[in-house]
Amino acid sequence: MTDKRIAKRPPDSLFQLVTDQWTEPFWDAAREKRLVCAQCSDCGHKRMPPTPFCPTCRSQRIDWIELPGGGVVYAYTIVERGTLPSMEDCLPYVPAVIEPDNGGGARLISNIVDSRVADIAVGARVDIVFDTLAKGALVPRFRLLGFGK
Amino acid sequence: MSTDFTIRDRTAVVGLGATPYVKRGQSAPQTLEELAAKAIIAAAADAGLDVPSIDGFAYFAGGFDTGYLMETLGIEEVGFSASLTGAGGGSAGAIGLASAAIVSGMAKTVVCVGAVQQTKLRYGAMPSSYAATAENSFYQSAGLVGPGHMFAMLARRHMHLYGTTREHFAEVAISTRKNAQSHPDALIRKPLTREDYFAAPMIADPHCLFDFCLETDGAVAVILTAAEGAQDLRQKPVLVNACAHGGARDWGRSIYWMNMPDETFASSGHASIARRLYAEADVGPEGIDTAQIYDHFSSQVIMQLEDYGFCAKGEGGPYVASGAIRLEGGVLPVNTDGGQLSGGYVWGMTHVREAVEQLRGTAHNQVEDARYALVTGGPSNIPVSGLILKGSA
Repeated sequence: MTDKRIAKRPPDSLFQLVTDQWTEPFWDAAREKRLVCAQCSDCGHKRMPPTPFCPTCRSQRIDWIELPGGGVVYAYTIVERGTLPSMEDCLPYVPAVIEPDNGGGARLISNIVDSRVADIAVGARVDIVFDTLAKGALVPRFRLLGFGK
Repeated sequence: MSTDFTIRDRTAVVGLGATPYVKRGQSAPQTLEELAAKAIIAAAADAGLDVPSIDGFAYFAGGFDTGYLMETLGIEEVGFSASLTGAGGGSAGAIGLASAAIVSGMAKTVVCVGAVQQTKLRYGAMPSSYAATAENSFYQSAGLVGPGHMFAMLARRHMHLYGTTREHFAEVAISTRKNAQSHPDALIRKPLTREDYFAAPMIADPHCLFDFCLETDGAVAVILTAAEGAQDLRQKPVLVNACAHGGARDWGRSIYWMNMPDETFASSGHASIARRLYAEADVGPEGIDTAQIYDHFSSQVIMQLEDYGFCAKGEGGPYVASGAIRLEGGVLPVNTDGGQLSGGYVWGMTHVREAVEQLRGTAHNQVEDARYALVTGGPSNIPVSGLILKGSA
């Protein structure tokens, strides 16, 4: 029997966005539905999540480059059981590690949504969607390329 | 007296104490500090030492309030009170911290204690309790509620890269359960078959119920002194042959980061610890008689076997499938007390306990002629840690 279930979204209630001066530009861009990556202005190294220093050259200068929004599934898990009551209505949901295109190998921890669970695989192509959460933050998430089109 | 800076064989575990392991929440109305203190009292009695002779505390994961423990236990003065940073990664390394205190002369009788009580929060949902911070915001929106969700990602990647299968995870769960069956203190002692394993509910694919450790309450304490004079105490001393903690930047915040290079992502983060540990110890992996490996997840046992050099990188699955880690017929009996998967979970301290019992020759599932035992701390954010204990002749 084929698994026809569609990946849901994890409960909003688990998330409260906190930013600092180094991460704020990432979330500001997300609010405009843009995925950006911190790139060192001096050596070009890309890092995710953004931190105060470039680990390669210790520079604090950052260029925020916009990524095209596509990517590849690096790893994922299918959450089938809730460990908290708030998770019960959200199963199954699929946390995933995504390698965004043009991100220099930097990875993003996110979710695969709106996609058939059975089709998810390491190496699958994904495209970005932005979810508006209950508390107002926009978060980048991904769906399998071609799904629902 | 040797002038090289090493802790090798200079300190010994002389006392061992533990509370019973009980299902999560069932240790109430005892308090967490009470559990820790009971283990300390038991460890002192085991060593034949008076509790007030303790003059040092070495912890991991932040530890306990030393002042409070001194207040309730009547300990007059301490010269050492320190903890490794991080979380369960430091459970084995705390022993080395105690050794450092003794070798440097800061304290003479140092206790390491770990205790867990899951009345309000279960450990399976621990990351959901972490404060919302700018760093945590990069994983908390994804619904990574428990370590099981995070380590499932590493397991998935290991399967992808090396062809590791759920059959391999099953062998870890089943062999560990077999050890629990013949250990009177293990919590889950009913047989576990391959059919049971594959019939179990999936929790965080590819991890099913039996790939997860237990959620238990309990406490374990060990007392260390200088090796010199340790033989005059009540128990046969168990020497600290080598201990290392720390780790490589490539592992870093690990499961909270997920940006480890590909060869490190599908690992336990212990490779650099293993190198430093074996460099310090009498033996390499071939000299280890039994390994007590931090088993919060079955898949991480496989990755630690690789990182500690018992098999090549990527071959941990076939290695366990060969029966290598079984008590009966294995080349490296692993988690001989039933581990955290079936015995009890006290943030890695049960592994220290079992290694000490093996080297005293008093283990319930005794490995014949065990001389060297490896103990690992939890694969987690840095520091991770490893320990080689050595039986005295």
